[in-house]
Amino acid sequence: MSRRVGICAVAQTPFKRDYWEERFQGMALIVLESLLEQTGLKFDETDGIQASISVSDDIFDARTISDNAMTDVLGAHFGCEEKVAQEGAQALYYATAMIRSGHVDTVLVLGHCKESQGQSRNMVTHMAFDPFYTRPVGMDFQAAAGLQAQAYLQKSGIREDQLARIVVRARNNAKRFPLPLEIDPVDPTEVRNSPMLADPIRSLHAYPVTDGAIGMIVAAEERARAICPNPVWITGVGNCMDSFFLGDRDITANFALKQALQRACRRAEIDRPQDAFDVVELSDLYAYQLPLWCEGIGLCPENRAQDWLDADGLDNHRVNLSGGTLAGSPLILGGLSRAASVALQLMGKAGDAQIDGARRGLAHGVMGPAGQFHTVLVLERDGSGR
Amino acid sequence: MKKNRNVGIVGIGQSVFSSHREEVNQPEMIHEAVVEALEMAGITMADVDCVVHGNMELFEMVHQPDLWHTIGTGAWGKETLRITTGGTTGATLVAAADHLVASGLHDIVLAIGFEKLQEGHTTGGITNMADPLWGRQLQTGALTGMTAAAIIDEFGAERARKAAMTYRILMDKHAMRNEKAHRRLGLEFDQADELAVNSPALVGELRMIHMCSQSDGACAMIFASEEKAKQLCAQPAWIRDHITVHREEMFCIFGNAPVLSTHRYAAQKLFARNGITDPLSQIDVFEMYDPSSWWGMDWLREFLMLEGDAHLRMVENHDIAIEGTFPVNPSGGVIASNPIGATAMVRVAEAALQIMGKAGAHQVPKPVRQAMASGFGGTMWTVLFLLTKDIPALDERR
Repeated sequence: MSRRVGICAVAQTPFKRDYWEERFQGMALIVLESLLEQTGLKFDETDGIQASISVSDDIFDARTISDNAMTDVLGAHFGCEEKVAQEGAQALYYATAMIRSGHVDTVLVLGHCKESQGQSRNMVTHMAFDPFYTRPVGMDFQAAAGLQAQAYLQKSGIREDQLARIVVRARNNAKRFPLPLEIDPVDPTEVRNSPMLADPIRSLHAYPVTDGAIGMIVAAEERARAICPNPVWITGVGNCMDSFFLGDRDITANFALKQALQRACRRAEIDRPQDAFDVVELSDLYAYQLPLWCEGIGLCPENRAQDWLDADGLDNHRVNLSGGTLAGSPLILGGLSRAASVALQLMGKAGDAQIDGARRGLAHGVMGPAGQFHTVLVLERDGSGR
Repeated sequence: MKKNRNVGIVGIGQSVFSSHREEVNQPEMIHEAVVEALEMAGITMADVDCVVHGNMELFEMVHQPDLWHTIGTGAWGKETLRITTGGTTGATLVAAADHLVASGLHDIVLAIGFEKLQEGHTTGGITNMADPLWGRQLQTGALTGMTAAAIIDEFGAERARKAAMTYRILMDKHAMRNEKAHRRLGLEFDQADELAVNSPALVGELRMIHMCSQSDGACAMIFASEEKAKQLCAQPAWIRDHITVHREEMFCIFGNAPVLSTHRYAAQKLFARNGITDPLSQIDVFEMYDPSSWWGMDWLREFLMLEGDAHLRMVENHDIAIEGTFPVNPSGGVIASNPIGATAMVRVAEAALQIMGKAGAHQVPKPVRQAMASGFGGTMWTVLFLLTKDIPALDERR
């Protein structure tokens, strides 16, 4: 087996609704400076950061080659940088491959996204649809989520008050978590009275449009141990692409999530994912997705979500103690943010949300209409029993 | 640093490159390349573990197009990765596929680069990369006359212009042997003087005839672990090493020009860690990302670390022709075909075809044991690959 890969440090800017006072390069610099301070590293091909993996998107930035304007922040002036133009969890997937291949030992992962700059929900994600069949009917990720929510709520019987509780819980959890998330608590009545966005999704059922940057230092085992006392090992990675046209899928079946989970768990040598994790962080862009993804992971028995939610299944399985994506993460950085939250738990840095003795966690990212593409990461700390 | 395991290229597919692929949409065009690559490798999609995808989104204005393209890439149910780095994207995709297989995560990876430039505005798209406050007013996309001016300054106008046209016509003669190439003009050397005057001027001494095309096209490559590659292919092209070197957006922000080029810097490092002391004799063929005749000519000097007018003489003496002592771009290069997100991958793919002996009518006549391929993009970014016929040793590099 190739060598282990560890997360050595995590940094994040405040996640805000409109980060007008910083350009995307400035947001990235805040993250970089924190990571360098935490690790004492420099950009250095011999014993420092040897390569950078950025995460951003040309259409969000309205910049061809959105990583081009930040070569300095990525340490890539006469150095190596590559951009993952996909959901942020994929940067950790790629960093794992890059380090395990033996090509480099130490990698900077740094993602940025300013959703406020474009019409994130309705313009940017509209552009992800094909120009012949699905764009002309006005599809965007939000409309696709509406269709998925219709189907799933009908199938599961989840009630409006349960969705409201998911939102209230997410925002309360965010207040206890040490990452800077600028999100206010709400009460269930506000959620239930919030305007309809894409029936049955109400505006407070949806993740808030968010600006911010987030990054990590990732290193091969021997380097990771030298950089920090308690690296978090990326022991399993897996992802899966589902079909593009919604009519070609059963959008409540979690096909891609189950495949991604199975692959990550196979690599992490986990047989029973439903019992394997001390903390779970899922990319819940909409309230209905949290129980849906929990079914996909196996935390919630299939078609039992209504009872499972009432029996505090989310708290029992320590799902999204950071608040999750519902507490606000930029669209393409959801999975990377979830991995950061798991990493902080495993490092013992989760503040008031800390789970004592958390040893193994799952982080999840999702992209595409109604969850076309899922990534699952298994993170562990020393002493996780393996 | 020790590579975990070797990676071989076992399949290559290219769509037909053209200015207008109106008869196919994006996934259909990609599908052409994927089918050809699978056929060469003798496998089906069932054998592929992971699909790597890349292009430049603002050319076609499709957000995360791998989602839609799933119907043409065959990625349904597969693991995927999407990587983009501008013009270097295609070469970065090869680097990513190499990492994915070498890491042990996957045994067989399919990588796809594509662009359908007809569906957008190429120079408009490229210009959009510059800072809206500090750089965009000065941006002319990939069109620049600076290198032509520098070569003319150094070697005189007559010799420089003539050499640039010689380079151009040699590349067209190569493209004439490559049925996939977009621009196959059938140029003859006796047209050089007329073209140098009558081809429309773009910027300074850069004329339309010197400049690369805007193409529609896709390239697909299949990568396999050493064990699988040996099973699938009598002669894989092995990835010996690669290096990525970016540089700052503002050309002179870290000091005055001239500065060390990323091409020369990348070549120096790659050669040093692979024991290449005499590239002209140790490398048998070079597929270079040459966006224009002027850049192509100038960059020979950088990549091969030549001094004085050696690069001009290589062109003037036709050393870079298919039959020459140091063949460059037997495929016709980027001047002939340029679907940007695929272009840098096509360089590596064509270098691999030369090693595999499968380049058909543009196969160089001498034995090819080691090939080099370059990608170019961003603000003078370089990705440089070394491929070999023999299985590389996995010992420590550097």
